[in-house]
Amino acid sequence: MKLITHNMLTSKCLKGVLTGYPLAINATNIKINEVDFNPDFISRIIPKLDWEVLWKAADSIGHSEGLPQTIEQNYDDDKEFLKKAHRVLLEVEVEEGYLICPESGRQFPITKGIPNMLLTEAEVQ
Amino acid sequence: MSKRPEHQAPPELFYNEDEARKYTQNSRIIDIQAQMTERCLELLLLPEDTPCLLLDIGCGSGLSGSVLEESGHMWIGLDISPSMLDVALERETEGDLILADMGEGVPFKAGSFDGAVSVSALQWLFNADKKSHQPIKRLYKFFSSLYASLSRSARAVFQFYPENESQLDLVTSQAMKAGFYGGVVIDYPNSAKAKKFFLVLMTGGAAPLPQALGTEESDNSLQVKYARREASKAARGKPLKNTRAWLLEKKERRRKQGKETKPDTKYTGRKRSGRF
Ligand SMILES: C[S@@+](CC[C@H](N)C(=O)[O-])C[C@H]1O[C@@H](n2cnc3c(N)ncnc32)[C@H](O)[C@@H]1O
Repeated sequence: MKLITHNMLTSKCLKGVLTGYPLAINATNIKINEVDFNPDFISRIIPKLDWEVLWKAADSIGHSEGLPQTIEQNYDDDKEFLKKAHRVLLEVEVEEGYLICPESGRQFPITKGIPNMLLTEAEVQ
Repeated sequence: MSKRPEHQAPPELFYNEDEARKYTQNSRIIDIQAQMTERCLELLLLPEDTPCLLLDIGCGSGLSGSVLEESGHMWIGLDISPSMLDVALERETEGDLILADMGEGVPFKAGSFDGAVSVSALQWLFNADKKSHQPIKRLYKFFSSLYASLSRSARAVFQFYPENESQLDLVTSQAMKAGFYGGVVIDYPNSAKAKKFFLVLMTGGAAPLPQALGTEESDNSLQVKYARREASKAARGKPLKNTRAWLLEKKERRRKQGKETKPDTKYTGRKRSGRF
């Protein structure tokens, strides 16, 4: 699971859960996977992100180094910044671990980098 | 005749290791998935030369995702079958993968995606594979959560295999109820082999449906009409009066009431040609 995905993912499909966001991460194995840098994509995606959630998620798994806690206004021109954002969003991957619903405490296992968001029949809304 | 996959087993069982392997080995499957994804992308009408974040629903082995990548987009895929997702891992696609059942809702926050595609997966929602499954409810939950997860003016395009007209009605009416505009585009409607169904859903208000491939102008206008009608009032689950679907339903009701009814034929509900 990449952190861009974590930034979008919720547990709101659980019965009784309202927003289910952000999910806490407990990572036991993290991998770095190189991806081609596309500055256009990164600048386009930034306004859609919850930056604070991204920063905290990166920090909680030990990968916030060099990542600013808030975004500067002219971030599109700052190549160094875009590269760091690229690395954190697309290259850092949680391989093993689990996600935790902030409202219910329900855990969703991550295996081989894939979060298992399947619900039991009783959990479906 | 081979039975439709949806009638054989639930998707997480049907798409087992053997079935999943076909998605790396069978060149026909590979070509068809790629072609249909390209058509979905075309119908998605994304802004030109802009790398987007897309959702691939029923992403499976990531054959569809590879096409999205080649067009410069990043994607997140969800699928219910672990074996299919294993193949996607093996193929080292660039997309990120989630194991999830679309019928339980799309688990993303509002406004996440610039668009969504789905290739050969939607027909699975017509099935009730568990006691608790109600297809209408699952379709509605799916479409309403998908609607929320899309950014403003984004589209979702599904290539799928409906079994009959009532499924077409069901799927469009639930999508409209969830807030989408749009309808079904049928490419090559007159060819048994090449005929393909695409559900084109729009979030930003009504717009004309794209032109279908392999049709005359006049054929296509029929489909667009179908879409407007759906958009106009979700058809309250009932087919439009005097269409073939409406006639078939009416005849079925009469039969159930024990009334005398002519058998259904391919001529049922056809326009009289004016000539004798
Ligand atoms: C014909 S395959 C298409 C695969 C994919 N487009 C590809 O490129 O490999 C259909 C896929 O839909 C998935 N599917 C079926 N029902 C589903 C559901 N309820 N939720 C999520 N995925 C589902 C299946 O697991 C399967 O991988």
